[in-house]
Amino acid sequence: MTQLTVEDLHKSYGDHEVLKGVSLSAEAGDVISIIGSSGSGKSTFLRCINFLEQPDAGRIHVAGEEIRLVRGGDGHLKVADAKQLQRLRTRLAMVFQHFNLWAHMTVIENVMEAPVHVLGLSKAEARERAEAYLDKVGIARFRDAYPAHMSGGQQQRVAIARALAMEPAVLLFDEPTSALDPELVGEVLKVMRALAEEGRTMVVVTHEMGFAREVSSQVMFLHQGLAEEVGVPVDVFDHPRSERLRQFLSGSLK
Amino acid sequence: MIEWSVITESLPQYTSGLWLTAQLTVLSLAAGLMIAIPLSVMRISRKRLVAGPVWAFTYFFRGTPMLVQLLLIYYGLGQFEWIQAQWQAGNTFWLTFREPYGCALVTFTLNTCAYTTEILAGALRTTPHGEIEAAQACGMSRVTMLRRILIPGALRRALPAYSNEAIFMLHGTAIASTVTLMDLTGAARNAYSQHFAPFEAFIFAGLLYLTLTFALVGLFRLAERRYLAHLQPRKAIKGHTA
Repeated sequence: MTQLTVEDLHKSYGDHEVLKGVSLSAEAGDVISIIGSSGSGKSTFLRCINFLEQPDAGRIHVAGEEIRLVRGGDGHLKVADAKQLQRLRTRLAMVFQHFNLWAHMTVIENVMEAPVHVLGLSKAEARERAEAYLDKVGIARFRDAYPAHMSGGQQQRVAIARALAMEPAVLLFDEPTSALDPELVGEVLKVMRALAEEGRTMVVVTHEMGFAREVSSQVMFLHQGLAEEVGVPVDVFDHPRSERLRQFLSGSLK
Repeated sequence: MIEWSVITESLPQYTSGLWLTAQLTVLSLAAGLMIAIPLSVMRISRKRLVAGPVWAFTYFFRGTPMLVQLLLIYYGLGQFEWIQAQWQAGNTFWLTFREPYGCALVTFTLNTCAYTTEILAGALRTTPHGEIEAAQACGMSRVTMLRRILIPGALRRALPAYSNEAIFMLHGTAIASTVTLMDLTGAARNAYSQHFAPFEAFIFAGLLYLTLTFALVGLFRLAERRYLAHLQPRKAIKGHTA
């Protein structure tokens, strides 16, 4: 079953066209890695999927439902129905580069927050769910700690548990290891690898080429706002067709 | 020489003055904070029509002395025939503005509300953008985000600045004595005029203010320990071995 489709997404900042028509389709269980040099538009693309950025054109389906858009008076696309967007956002959980945990809440409160106050679960149900996912990411013993008292890798694992607690159709990862000290990257990648293995649908913007090669079902190489190459990891990494990708890979696979 | 009898003989007045001062402080702070929360949300609105009136309100009350505000409300309102007519008609709302207690409470509430609104608006503006994005990304509505993320975070960040405002308010209530109220300062003025011993009369009032201030500071320290735990150096986490 198709969990997410993005068709012909365009986005400009002023005169600068960041995305020039990018598409993507994720079946259940797909892990799609998006790679590319900085400025290629890969983070913008991911953030347009859940409307943290407003795309200028394109269509997005989440779990079979299209996000309804209208063209506003200024010519820009707008979400037609805020309630629908909120509902579909609960199906698209996001993990951010800088974790973005809520600082005044403890670990378990962070994970319980949206299940209780967005999905409407009871506190007891949400707590049970939170405990299970904190356990899965190996951070259950920190349940009463505050984010500021934890390492980046631990915070990112809490953020992953927070995303999982929504039981979403698709997990979106926006450079989840880029803000981490090198020795902490491994613990986060290990969790993500485990999630991929249990068949979760994931779209991952990453600089971790090892992860992209070993875990992905599909790799998309973005260059200057276009999907320059898309394919299975073996093709993309071992038989790059374009000069751009060859250059990029020789630069990042040192 | 210090005349202790000045204090002992006026003790009942000091006690009731202390009570009135505490009452005016707590009630005006509580009411001011309650009103300031929605106003601070309006204050940071991008819509001019929403933010503008709140801006005007806070600038008026922060830009003029509280004594002038009190005199304006206590003496000034009675000048208007329409308000006199309301008093004649026994309108309970407007009758509040005939009593010195009501006038003082309203003035103090509006004054602290103006300062608190600006403190909270500042704290709301410094909400880390990532926390807002995380809330949006999990499908929170704007109201839920305000109620669960923005306001609780802002109230906590505002606590140190707000504790200063609370202490200023405690001291500010001293001007209640200018509209005949027998607060702590009023009691001291009374003791002074009865015994002509200004030093004793006012030093004792000063000591009582000091005690109230310390109590207030202690309460805020407890509150900070509870609500700002996430900003404090970490305590050992159970089972944590790193």
